[in-house]
Amino acid sequence: MSAEDNAKKGKGTVFVRMEVCKGCSYCIDFCPTHALDFSKEFNQKGYHFPVLNRAEDCTGCDLCGLFCPDFAIFGARWKDLDEKRQQAASQVEP
Amino acid sequence: MSESLDLRLALAETELENPVLPYLRQDRIPHIWCPGCGIGSVVTSFAEAVRRSKLDRDKIAVVSGIGCTGRVAGYVDFDSMHTTHGRAIPVATGLHLANPDLKVVVFSGDGDLTGIGGNHFIHAARRNMNLTVICVNNFTYGMTGGQVTPTTPSGANASTTPYGNYEYPFSLPFLADAAGATYIARWTSLHSRNVTQSIEEALKHKGFSFVEVISPCTTLYLRRNRLGDGVDTLQYYQDNSILKHGADTRETAIDFQGKMLVGKFVERQKPTYLDAVNATCAKLIGDDYQLYGKTPPEKEAEKKAAAKGKKKAAK
Ligand code: SF4
Ligand code: SF4
Repeated sequence: MSAEDNAKKGKGTVFVRMEVCKGCSYCIDFCPTHALDFSKEFNQKGYHFPVLNRAEDCTGCDLCGLFCPDFAIFGARWKDLDEKRQQAASQVEP
Repeated sequence: MSESLDLRLALAETELENPVLPYLRQDRIPHIWCPGCGIGSVVTSFAEAVRRSKLDRDKIAVVSGIGCTGRVAGYVDFDSMHTTHGRAIPVATGLHLANPDLKVVVFSGDGDLTGIGGNHFIHAARRNMNLTVICVNNFTYGMTGGQVTPTTPSGANASTTPYGNYEYPFSLPFLADAAGATYIARWTSLHSRNVTQSIEEALKHKGFSFVEVISPCTTLYLRRNRLGDGVDTLQYYQDNSILKHGADTRETAIDFQGKMLVGKFVERQKPTYLDAVNATCAKLIGDDYQLYGKTPPEKEAEKKAAAKGKKKAAK
């Protein structure tokens, strides 16, 4: 499930690179709104990675991104994302 | 360079890529650190601090010694050097003196910096060498199998002290303070935002700046001492760290699973090693001596001051 498919439920969302996650569960246990859960599936290396099960609770605070020791997850606010997308689009086009 | 980096960053973020990745050698990721090891979080904080400090990436050099934390030099996408065990600070000192325009960052572990290379650490601090030293303190030699380090708390189990450590440990902020460091902060890997801010301040600080980050070693220190996993340790950090900015560094010792003080303990200004060299040479040689190792803004400010002085003299 890519985050793009998520309707913009909460104030933000997370992006997970599941293939580099090592399943330490820092992001899951220290998420201030408990929006993340372990996946049922495994990644290539046999770890469960986080999934955004309660998208409506995610505020995009990026605390998971700060804690993740494996650079596997980061959070962003929809507001900032939309702005950046527009900016980049205007930079690339001309 | 910096413009293209900005573009790369903007693109990276729109392609929904982790904002830390542009600062890493992505062909080397995933890294070798164990699940739950705190070193990766410190690297994230470092990358964020560099981004915020707006320093030129080409003017930053990262030097590491040997050990788990020593691998950082191989993962960050800066000019970097992976040196022999304990010798990160001498190499960094040489790098800084040969090219004073560089901002040299030493990124290494407690065993490497204060065990094997303890002598270099205190002397770089004593000389107030203009370096930023980030020490990831996990109380053990991770890569070589969990031996006791100078910071292992008394009573803790290590592979060389299977019945508990009977030595007295170093308190690194106290050591650095006594040796003469001019910026000292300690955080745990839980305090990501504070670590980022301290590293940013340390990067901007002129003189020997030291940031200690207490971090969990899940595979060796925690397992040998039956302290649970990384999450339990972060919880312990949350419950037992006491924020005290400007604390007396004599109080910063850490007992086994005891309370620990965190915060920015010391920030003061003192002439750096190069300043002292310059002052002595200027005294010996007189006006002909060209100051060595001024940063470009300082040089500009000096030129302006000199021009002003001349104008005044002409009047
Ligand atoms: S913090 Fe990172 S490595 Fe740990 S479970 Fe979350 S995504 Fe995976
Ligand atoms: S051995 Fe310890 S310090 Fe080394 S990578 Fe594993 S957890 Fe981290």
